[in-house]
Amino acid sequence: MERHILVVLPHPDDEAFGLSGTLAKYIQNGYRVTYACLTLGEMGRNMGIPPFANRVTLPAIRRKELEESCQAIGIDDLRLLGFHDKTIEFEDHRLLDGRIDDLIQEIRPSLIFTFYPGYSVHPDHDACGAAVIRTVGRLPADERPAVHCLAFAKNLEEDIGQPDVIQDVREFLQPKMASIRAHRSQFQAAELLGDHEYTSEEIRERFGTERFWTYPFGS
Amino acid sequence: MRERTLDKGGTSMRLIDQADVQQRLDRLKDQDLYIHLEMTTGAYAAFIDSTKHPAATFITNAVIRYSHGSVSDQAPYRVGLKMVQGWVYSEGLTHYEEQETERLILAGHDGQGKLIVSLQLGREPF
Repeated sequence: MERHILVVLPHPDDEAFGLSGTLAKYIQNGYRVTYACLTLGEMGRNMGIPPFANRVTLPAIRRKELEESCQAIGIDDLRLLGFHDKTIEFEDHRLLDGRIDDLIQEIRPSLIFTFYPGYSVHPDHDACGAAVIRTVGRLPADERPAVHCLAFAKNLEEDIGQPDVIQDVREFLQPKMASIRAHRSQFQAAELLGDHEYTSEEIRERFGTERFWTYPFGS
Repeated sequence: MRERTLDKGGTSMRLIDQADVQQRLDRLKDQDLYIHLEMTTGAYAAFIDSTKHPAATFITNAVIRYSHGSVSDQAPYRVGLKMVQGWVYSEGLTHYEEQETERLILAGHDGQGKLIVSLQLGREPF
């Protein structure tokens, strides 16, 4: 199978905190990454003080940020699927799953990254993960790529256990921090990065590990 | 002009000038308009603080027409649009896009700059 990874996430910036280091690592190891981003995050709320964006200009700003983040990580194949922020859970399953299936047939990935449905807090995250799981689940078992899921709901480990894939990305903090910083419209909020400068030791501690759950498909 | 403001990474969202917004409301009355109306606590409200109740609602590119529209006198501003058979109401508006000539872009931002409410009117879809 080709060394090709498919990433399916709903919003620009969903890749930054939990996945960008892992993707940079895979790319350095010779993998190619295709990132399908379902929306432009056009309903995002962070607009700065004073506001530097409004509902009309935000999609173009976030698209540029996403392209900059991909460049930082080394992703050269970004697909913008054109769905609308906050609506993924209401989309026609045939349309949504069909777009994802088209990508899988085209790319034939050996590995897919998405959100763990039910454990990813934002309704778009859960709906995106569910669409990927449905689509991959329809493939014959011996053709299914592995699906590594991001998850961050509270108390999720009581249900789905400990993450089984732990990626040490301490060697890839430069692209990871560049990915996070690329999304400057979203990540200036105090609750995400804090108000103080991190020392490099703090960054290594906080951002040096990325955790995933392999989705358990039945047969 | 929009390109130029985008290149600077921003827009010209300014604190609402009540008289200016009122003039713009008057210019847009008695015609079919696309509306974007939204209010949100943010999808992570309950995740960040479990005592919070997450709520959000938006309607985008519905067509309305109003015969009388006005903005209240003091910040944070309220806007009411009287339609033939009903009303559009929005409270908590703080900013407007000063450079817009055709559309009216209003938003309400909290102390962290996060958008809480928005009301947009234009002759073309958003």
